[in-house]
Amino acid sequence: METLGHLAHGFSVAFTPVNLMWCLIGTTLGTAIGVLPGLGPALTIALLLPITYQVAPEASFILFAGIYYGAMYGGSTTSILLNTPGESATIVTALEGNRMARSGRGGAALATSAIGSFVAGTLGTLGVAFLAPVVVKFALSFGPAEYFSLMVLAFITVSAVLGSSSVRGLTSLFVGFVIGMIGVDLQTGQPRFTFGMSQLLDGVDVIVVAVGLFAVGETLYMASRRYAGKDEIVPLRGSLYMTAAEWARSWKAWLRGALLGFPIGALPAGGAEIPTFLSYAIEKKLSNHKEEFGTVGAIEGVAGPEAANNASAAGVLVPMLTLGLPTSATAAIMLSAFQSYGINPGPMLFMTQANLVWGLIASLFIANIILVILNLPLIGLWVRLLKIPAPQLYAGILVFATVGTYGISQSPTDLVILYLLGGAGFLMRRFDFPTAPVIIGMILWPLAEAQFRRAMTISNGDWSVFYKHPLSLTLLTLAFIGLVGPHIWAYVERRRRRGPEHVPGDA
Amino acid sequence: MLNRRRFLMSTAAAGAAGFAALHLSPAFAQDAPQIQIFVPAAPGGGWDQTARTMDQVLRSEKLISGSQITNVGGAGGTVGLPQFISQWNGKGNSLMVAGMVMVGAIIANKSANNLTEVTPIARLTGEFEALVVPAASPFKTAADFVAALKADPTKVPVAGGSAGGSDHILFGLIAKTAGVPAANLSYVPFAGGGEALSALLGNQVAAGISGFGEFSEQVKAGALRLLAISADKRQEGIDAPTLKEVGIDVELFNWRGVFAPPGVSDADKAAMITLVETMAKSDAWATECKNRNWTQILLTGDDYAKFLAEDTTRIEAILKDLGLA
Repeated sequence: METLGHLAHGFSVAFTPVNLMWCLIGTTLGTAIGVLPGLGPALTIALLLPITYQVAPEASFILFAGIYYGAMYGGSTTSILLNTPGESATIVTALEGNRMARSGRGGAALATSAIGSFVAGTLGTLGVAFLAPVVVKFALSFGPAEYFSLMVLAFITVSAVLGSSSVRGLTSLFVGFVIGMIGVDLQTGQPRFTFGMSQLLDGVDVIVVAVGLFAVGETLYMASRRYAGKDEIVPLRGSLYMTAAEWARSWKAWLRGALLGFPIGALPAGGAEIPTFLSYAIEKKLSNHKEEFGTVGAIEGVAGPEAANNASAAGVLVPMLTLGLPTSATAAIMLSAFQSYGINPGPMLFMTQANLVWGLIASLFIANIILVILNLPLIGLWVRLLKIPAPQLYAGILVFATVGTYGISQSPTDLVILYLLGGAGFLMRRFDFPTAPVIIGMILWPLAEAQFRRAMTISNGDWSVFYKHPLSLTLLTLAFIGLVGPHIWAYVERRRRRGPEHVPGDA
Repeated sequence: MLNRRRFLMSTAAAGAAGFAALHLSPAFAQDAPQIQIFVPAAPGGGWDQTARTMDQVLRSEKLISGSQITNVGGAGGTVGLPQFISQWNGKGNSLMVAGMVMVGAIIANKSANNLTEVTPIARLTGEFEALVVPAASPFKTAADFVAALKADPTKVPVAGGSAGGSDHILFGLIAKTAGVPAANLSYVPFAGGGEALSALLGNQVAAGISGFGEFSEQVKAGALRLLAISADKRQEGIDAPTLKEVGIDVELFNWRGVFAPPGVSDADKAAMITLVETMAKSDAWATECKNRNWTQILLTGDDYAKFLAEDTTRIEAILKDLGLA
């Protein structure tokens, strides 16, 4: 077991007091920036790059890795408590997490997300240590055609979150498509839906949209209902942490989330958002408590996506460490830190910089342990936020959302967009249109479009690429089964139960 | 081991990052001036790294006492540029980092402002581009590639950065020199270097064009074959001909330089040129450039302005051919 030897050596690097201190600073700082909307891990690491002039490479990578993992933990806190996601990977967490918080199970939602992050983060890091060379081979077999088919599968799967009315759900999804198209088209360099404003050329940040629709929209809706109904927020009901039943519902979701998150995170164009959508859709399908989704909040809907997001964070490190491929903004900035040490990240990194790579992997395990120890006691403190009376709490959310949005790019335009979308979110809530499909549409559409057009450019307009590549065909078949399977299943079930003489058209 | 001051400095930086998206370098009480650097891009990219490396070298050479870096990102720098022109007008101790990408973005985005409105100080560095193919590719030389391109450009999909960026521009220039109409090219743009690289490693495309640094490690490992580079002459330690050597008369550096705001006095302009020139000739700067694969292509003042005008004309012509301007 060569890997175990390397790993043991890595732990000897990571376990020096100085490096443990960097890990602790990194995880604390990471949790803090995860909680603050607008400050993501990529920006924080970029601002800390000058530190590479001062400390040893091992120390700065341990610090950066701590920030990276910490932000993934912290990001879910605001999603759950305030419906204000700080990172795009925690948008899905807000869907059920915030419902749980309002019905008095905020502590359990935070606990399942912290423990799920730990479980998935540890599994993901094990994946980086032991499976990296295998996973990267699989990842490289994904070309534009395969990505497009994966997106088709994702579209079909997430139709589960469209809500009760498919017309309303699809309307929201298409609004998301349009928002996703704003900006310079990557394939042709032409601006779309920018109305001549240079501030829109780079598109609209998904965080701005999520915060606008979820936090601002919800706040406006609450304000409008203030005198019509009672306060909806229940500070805390039952135990602070998870009950036995909640544990039983969480652990499978964690494992499924981790299994989805790690490989998709390792795909060069995978990202952290898609596995969270997929995990949410799967948990909703498999749950025995479907009635809790979208009402009082289902714990599986928090546990799965949170695990998926942390496992994908580990997955992103696979192409970065094995091939030197930066597949996320944070990975790109970490790679530029390698360069300021004169280290060129590439396929030889595992051999030429064994100390650094294995020290980094070992520190990821340590960071995970520190994070769960750090986050569990904080839950007691966080849930007290919910005891704040609704008017003050919602005013606070509005301030928080505004400051956070300004923090993303210091752009006044973003604030205008935030409040326009907040108004739209209010109307959508008022007229019962679901808001989550907007986010899903705006993330999936640009990816699907770009991959489709790349596939068609490479094949010179030949459609057969989508079914001649075995992997692509497999994904499309899965998507097809996902689309028609449930209908056929329901039909067969009906036939069996009622016998052949049932009334036709009775569905 | 860490000494105490280093530790304090780094934790101070960590603290500062928690509060603001500005990096205030620790100032030391000295006679050297403070400068302000405007980066029209988000932290982390090439311009930002140029600014932060300049800050580092200028301070270590005791040429400045500190600097303040402001990032206004977006649309290839065309969001930041108008702000630099209007709000930084006449500020003598200020510099903006920009480069070839901004020239292209101004043309492609039909931006209202352009780089003739700011004061050219110095062109500092450049990254030459590389033409690579997967190791299993039938193309052994650049001539093979050009021959295939001439035969049927639609059968030679080439991966690179976003449409209208330096990679696309170089592809256009190569095709133009070879007599292949730019409109027929099959260019596959990717958002980041990593994605383009994985398309090459996965044999999804026939060839790739990007900054040499993006590919260098894969070339060393034998996963990609380097056909040619876009530098002006052969580079030490790189076993590949220039495009000119293989009969394609194209030279391209993705250059980066610095500009002062409009309306600065001649004395301020001269002082800035001296400052930047001294920095560029220091050993510390040379070391940083080497670590980052930046080629030093120093050009100052009026020579820089003349180069800028020529490069703008060339880029505008090729973007028109590619249907982007």
